[in-house]
Amino acid sequence: MNAIRKSLHPGWLLVAPFLLLVIALYLGPILNILWLSVTDPEPGMGNYRKLFVSDSLLRIFWTTIRICLITTVGSVLLGYSIAYAMVHCHQKQKSYMLTLLLVSFWISILVRTFSWLMLLGHRGLVNNALEGMGVISEPIAFMRNELGVLIGMIHYMIPYAVLPLLVNMQSLDMRVMDASRNLGASGQQTFMRVYLPLTLPGIVASSLLIFILSLGFYVTPAVLGGGKVLMIAEYISVQLLVTLKWGTAAMLAGLMLFGVLAMLYIMSRFMKLSAVFGGSA
Amino acid sequence: MFEANSDKGSLQVRNVSKYFGTFCAVDGIDLEIQRGEFLTLLGPSGSGKTTLLMMIAGFLDITTGDIALDGNSISDVPAEKRNFGMVFQGYALFPHMTVRENVGYALSVRKRPESEIREKVNEMLDLVQLTEFADRKPGQLSGGQQQRVALARALCFEPPVLLLDEPLGALDKKLRVEVQDQLKDIHRRVGTTFIYVTHDQEEALSMSDRIVIMRDGAVEQVGTPYELYEKPINEFAAGFLGKSNFLHRSDGVYALRPEKIDIRPSGTGEGEPRLSGTIQSITYFGSMQRIMFLTTDGEELEVDIDSWRNRDPLAEGQSADLFWDKGAAVKLEE
Ligand SMILES: Nc1ncnc2c1ncn2[C@@H]1O[C@H](COP(=O)(O)OP(=O)(O)OP(=O)(O)O)[C@@H](O)[C@H]1O
Ligand SMILES: [Mg+2]
Repeated sequence: MNAIRKSLHPGWLLVAPFLLLVIALYLGPILNILWLSVTDPEPGMGNYRKLFVSDSLLRIFWTTIRICLITTVGSVLLGYSIAYAMVHCHQKQKSYMLTLLLVSFWISILVRTFSWLMLLGHRGLVNNALEGMGVISEPIAFMRNELGVLIGMIHYMIPYAVLPLLVNMQSLDMRVMDASRNLGASGQQTFMRVYLPLTLPGIVASSLLIFILSLGFYVTPAVLGGGKVLMIAEYISVQLLVTLKWGTAAMLAGLMLFGVLAMLYIMSRFMKLSAVFGGSA
Repeated sequence: MFEANSDKGSLQVRNVSKYFGTFCAVDGIDLEIQRGEFLTLLGPSGSGKTTLLMMIAGFLDITTGDIALDGNSISDVPAEKRNFGMVFQGYALFPHMTVRENVGYALSVRKRPESEIREKVNEMLDLVQLTEFADRKPGQLSGGQQQRVALARALCFEPPVLLLDEPLGALDKKLRVEVQDQLKDIHRRVGTTFIYVTHDQEEALSMSDRIVIMRDGAVEQVGTPYELYEKPINEFAAGFLGKSNFLHRSDGVYALRPEKIDIRPSGTGEGEPRLSGTIQSITYFGSMQRIMFLTTDGEELEVDIDSWRNRDPLAEGQSADLFWDKGAAVKLEE
C-alpha cells in the first residue's frame, strides 16, 4: 500500500478524470474495430488470411509502403535543406520564409491537391507552356500516376518535415561548428561528423511523423493518382462505403495501427523517444 | 613527452583594424608576439578582445592590416588551414562524441592512422589528467573537466599557437585558481604560444609573460605584469590593473598604489609627511585593512595596510600623516 502511494504521484489524481475519459473514448472504438476484424463476416482469422491469398491486397500493401517511404525520404531531404536555409539566413528573411511555410501549412489539402492538377495536369500550365515553346510534342504525364501522388504528398508533407528539424537546428550551438573548422575539418567533414549527427534527432522525428501521416493519406492519392494508385487508406474507405466489407476494413486498420506502434517501439530501442519529440531526454 | 613546434609560433599583428559597418571594434593594433610566449589580452567588456582573437583564428575577416605567422602573412588563409588551437568561451565540445573522440578529432579529420591517434590522445589525456574519463560524453563531466577536455582537444594536433577566449569564465573562484595553475604548468611543458583573453586582472597578472591592455579596440599599454603594475602610463592602465590613487599636481597627474602608502597617527612618523589629513573610514578584510583618507586640501585617497602592521590601531576620525617612498608615485602621460 505504501509502495503504491509512493509510486503514484498525487498529480495523477488531478488528471485522472480526463485520462479516463480519453482512454474510454479512444480505446472503445479501437477495441471495437479489432473485434470486428475477427468477427465480421464470421468469427475467426478469415480476414487476416486474406492477406496471404489476395494478390490485390498484397499489392496495395506494398504500394502504400513504397509511396510512404519515398515521400518520407523526399520530404525530409527537402525539409532539411529548407530548415537549414532558414536557420542560417538573416533574421528578416527567416521570418519571410516561416510565413510562407505556415501559409502553405494552413491551405487546405484539397486546394493544394487540385492546384497541382491545374499546374501539372494533361492540359495544365506547365504542359501547355512547354508545348507552346515547342519543347515537347506530347504532354508529359505528371499526374494520374504514382509520380503525381508523390509530388502531391511530398509537397504537402514538407512543412511537417521542416518544423521538427527547425527546432532541432535552432537549438544547436554554432560555436561547435567553428570549433570543428578550427580543428582543421573541411566544411564537408564538419557537416558529416558534427552537424548531421547533432541533427539526427530532428531527422528521426520528422521521418516518423511523415511516415505515419502518409500511411493514412487519402485525398491526394485519390485525386492525383487518378484511380490507378490505390493506397491502403483509400482501399479501407472503399471497403467501408462501397463493398461494405467492414471486417476487411477493420483488419487493415488494425494492421496499420500495429505497424505504427511496432515502428515506435523499434525506434525507442535505438534512441530515447522523448529526445526525439523535444523532451529533455 | 610532448614535443612543441619549437621553431614555430611567433605572430605578427600589423596595424589590424576591424569595422562592423561603420563601427570600429578593433582600431589599428600592432603586436609582436614571441614564440612560446604567454600573452594576455586584458580589457573591459566590449574592448575588442574577442574580435581580435577571432581575426587571428580566421573566423573574422580583417578590414585593414595584416596578420603573419613566423613572418608569412596568413590573412588569406581560411580558419581550417591555419592550424591554430582554440579554446572557446563555453568550450564548444562535441556533445555527441566521447572525450577520447573529442580530443582525437583534429587528428582524425587529418586522416592520421588509428594507432597514432590513440597514442597521441592517451598522451594528451594524461597531460590534463583525464585518462579515467576517456569514454564519457562531455555532458557527464564537471565544468573544470570540460575545460580540460577543450584544452586537450586544442593541443592534440600540436598547434604552434593556442588561442584561449576567457577559458575560465564559467568556473567558480576556487576552481579558477586551481585551473590557472594547471594551465600555467601545461604552458610551461608544451612551449606553445598562448594568446589568452580575460577581463580578470588577477588572472592576467599571475599567468602572463606579457599583458596587452585594451580599451575601445585600441591598445593602451603592453608590458610584463611587473612593468604594467609598477609603471602604468595612463589613468586607464593604472586603474584597470590593480587600484590606484591619482594625485593631481601642477606638473601633471601621478598614480599611487594604495599599498605603497604608509599611514601614521599625526606627528609620530619619521621625517616630513607627504600629506596630512583625517581618516574617514576603515574597512577590515582580515589580512589587510582599507582606509579612506581625506587630506587637508580635500583630496581623497585610499590606503591599504597589512593588518599586522596596524599595531597601535588607527580609529575613524583620527588625524594622521601619509608617507611613501620616492618613486612610488608614478607620473602619467597626458
Ligand atoms: N558581429 C558584430 N557586429 C557588430 N558589432 C560587433 C560584432 N561583434 C562584436 N561587435 C562589437 O565590437 C565590440 C567589441 O566586441 P568584442 O566581442 O570583441 O568585445 P570583448 O572585448 O570580447 O568583450 P567581452 O569581454 O564582453 O567578451 C563590441 O562593442 C561589440 O558590440
Ligand atoms: Mg569576448
